[in-house]
Order: sequence, then C-alpha cells, then structure tokens
Amino acid sequence: MPTTQSLYGRRLTGYAIATAIVLSVSIALAFFYAPIEVDQGFSQKIFYIHVPLAIVTLGGFVFGGIFGIQYLRSGDSRHDLRSYTAIHQGLIFCIGALITGSIWAKAAWGQWWVWDEPTLVSFLIVFLLYCTYQPLRFSIEDPERQARYAAVFAVVAGVFVPVNFIAVRLASPLIHPRVLDSSGGSLPNDMRIAFYSALLGVTLLFITICKYEMASKHSRAQLAALRRSLSGERDEPVSVRTAAPRIAVK
Amino acid sequence: MLYKELTLERRAPQTLTAMALFCASAFVIFHFALGRNEVEGALASGVLWVTLALAALLGIGRSFVADREEGGLDGFLLAPAPRTALLVAKATTLMIFLLIVGFFASLIFSVLLLGPTPNASQWASLALLILLADLGIALVGTLIAGIAIQTRARDLITSILALPLLIPLLIAVTKASEPLLSVGGGTLAWRWMALLGLYDLIFGLLAYALFDYLVED
Repeated sequence: MPTTQSLYGRRLTGYAIATAIVLSVSIALAFFYAPIEVDQGFSQKIFYIHVPLAIVTLGGFVFGGIFGIQYLRSGDSRHDLRSYTAIHQGLIFCIGALITGSIWAKAAWGQWWVWDEPTLVSFLIVFLLYCTYQPLRFSIEDPERQARYAAVFAVVAGVFVPVNFIAVRLASPLIHPRVLDSSGGSLPNDMRIAFYSALLGVTLLFITICKYEMASKHSRAQLAALRRSLSGERDEPVSVRTAAPRIAVK
Repeated sequence: MLYKELTLERRAPQTLTAMALFCASAFVIFHFALGRNEVEGALASGVLWVTLALAALLGIGRSFVADREEGGLDGFLLAPAPRTALLVAKATTLMIFLLIVGFFASLIFSVLLLGPTPNASQWASLALLILLADLGIALVGTLIAGIAIQTRARDLITSILALPLLIPLLIAVTKASEPLLSVGGGTLAWRWMALLGLYDLIFGLLAYALFDYLVED
C-alpha cells in the first residue's frame, strides 16, 4: 500500500512564510532604507535582485553537481531528484539574472547587451550549457541510465562554471561594478544590510521552490501508485518519456 | 584499442576525410560570406578556430558510432580490461585525427585566406597551440561522445553539449592565435597557454573520474 506521508512536503508552510517575510523586508529595505546610489541613481536598485539571483543561481548549479556526485556514489534516486530540482530551478533563476542584468546594462551603459561585461557573458555561456540538461535527460528513456548520465553532466557542468568565469574574465576588460571585493565588501553599511537581506530572501525563495517542486513530484508519484493500487494493477505502468526523475513509491 | 581505432579508420577512411573536406569548404564559404580575399589578426584566428571546432564536432559525433552499431562496446565490456583503456584509446584517436586535420586546415588556410605569412617561430607557436587545444577537445569530446551515444538524439546532443563546454578553450586559443596571425607578427601570450593547460588538466581529470559511469552497461 503506498504511503500517504510525503518525504518532501514537511515544513513547506514554514519555509513559504519565512520566504514571504524576508523578501518583503528586503524589498522594503532596498527601496526605503538603502540610499540612492550617487552615480547610477534609482536604477541601481535592481542590484538588490540581480546579484542575489546570480549568486543563488551559481549555488544551485554547484549543489546540482554535489547531489550528482552523491547519486553516482550511492545510486540513491533521491539525490537525482535533488540534483534535477537544483539545476531546474537554477536555470529559471539564471534567466532572471540574465534579464535583470540586461536591464541594468541598459540603465547603466545605454545598451541591452554589453559584450565587455564578463559576468553577464559568463552567465550567458553557463545558461546555454545548462539549457542542454533537460534535452539530455529527455533523450534517454531508461530511468537509471538517465539519472546516471544526468549526474555526470551535473558534475562536468559544475566544474565548468569557474573555468568559464576565469576564461571570460581574462578576455574582457573589467567594467562591471565590483560590489563585493575580497576584503568583504565595498558597500556602505546601509546598502550592505539591504543586500544581505535580499540575498537571504532569494536563497529562501530558491529553497522553498525546490522543496515545492520535489513535494509536487513525489505527491504525483504517490497518487499514481494509489490509483494503480485501487485499480488492482501491480506492475509499474509503461513509462512515459519525460526529463523528470522517476520516483519509486513504496 | 588504439590500434583497433586507427585500423578502422585506415581501412574505411570516413571521419578524417569528412573533417578535412569540411574545413576546406568552410574556408571557401568564409571567403564569400566575409567578402574578403585575405584575413588577418582576430578575424583570421576566429575563422581558423571556428572551422576547426566545427570540424571537431564531426569527429566527436562519429567517435562511438561503430562500436555502438556493431556491438563493439558490448564486446569491450565483456573483456577484462579497465574502462579507462577505452577513454584513453578514444581520446588518443580523436586527438590524432584533430592533429592531422589541424595541420591540413592550417596549411589550406594559409594558402586560401591568411594575409600575413607567419615565420618559423610563429608556426611553431601555432603548432603548440593546436596541440594543447586538440588535447582539450579530445578529452571533452570523448566524454561528450560517451554521453551522447546512449541518447536518442545523438547528433543534437553532441553539438549542443560540446559547443558551450568548448567556449573557454576557444576563448583562450583564439586570443592566443591572434598575434601570431597578425600583420607584423607577435608572440604567444603565456597566460592563454596557462588557461589551455588548466582546461586540459581539469577536464582530463574529470573524464578519468567520470568515464566509468558512462560505460556501465
């Protein structure tokens, strides 16, 4: 009999409420507490969403690779689901980072796309690479092989990200605003508080959405198992081609 | 394994011929598309390396096809040989192909399109660049070919995976080639060589660590 307890649905409400509160506070801090930047004016406010989106995107890709390694070592399909979700949501956040970066480029330099800007160009290349994750999964039917190959991709792509950033940065002159230097930051204190709260808010948003996606996939698998159980079918149905991981429900 | 790969190509030369013909055709297309009889500097470097990178995709795409279609991969898995042997054989074969095509393409390129005439030391630097770049392409290409061979859309997956992964390598090699193909000439910038070496080292280790998971069944 399929279990009705979701593995991933716990503490979702708490995460959702915390995300809503922290994001609201960070938006209020960005608009009403942090001062207007002298050079760029009001348009600099997009920094409070663009940079956290970019950082969380990279974090998502790195965790996708780490879960990929864990899957290759253990063969546990839960790690595959975690890797898939981290990369899937990372890709969506990456689109957000690219769009907000493009808007910022338009406001700061008058152009929607600036090739001299290494971080933005690096993000575009990383985005193009991770765009191939879903087609790769979709083109492999066997669930176990799909998970294994996707994990190999996640590890290779995770290592690729810093190599790509080094190459693009070497090839471009630096014109991107350095908001955080190696000594811990060149931001004034009030801007830094707004920035870190925005970073926390976007991180919580990422975690909450990932948890929702995993809970949704797990619930769907449980529902399908219940239906099979009620109709007296014992065997797994003939699998439909999908890029998403297959979840085994006991 | 390496002998088998090279014998296969010697008996039925497909991949090398296709890659070489592709390069020659691409240079002719570039001549008409750019509307130039001669190119130099960044443009020359771009034309040469875009052509070589796309030609490499042909080689990568063909890397495991014969083994898959004729059951050679199953035979290898039954043999008591380490799977790394397959990686080394495939990567070495691909690198040999790329070196031959690189030599041929550079020669044709210098005759058909290249404006300035590089001196001996510049040719030597270019040869060193081709060697380092081909090593990286061969390692990444073998890894990708190992992934793509088990997918339904093999050709599509090879191209869309390989091109973004090769971008850092292409950035380094085009930037390094630029002064060598300029009027008046120039010297090799060692930071690009270091980046190429780093790329080769990282993806070599990755290929070694991950290749076993691609040939498990």
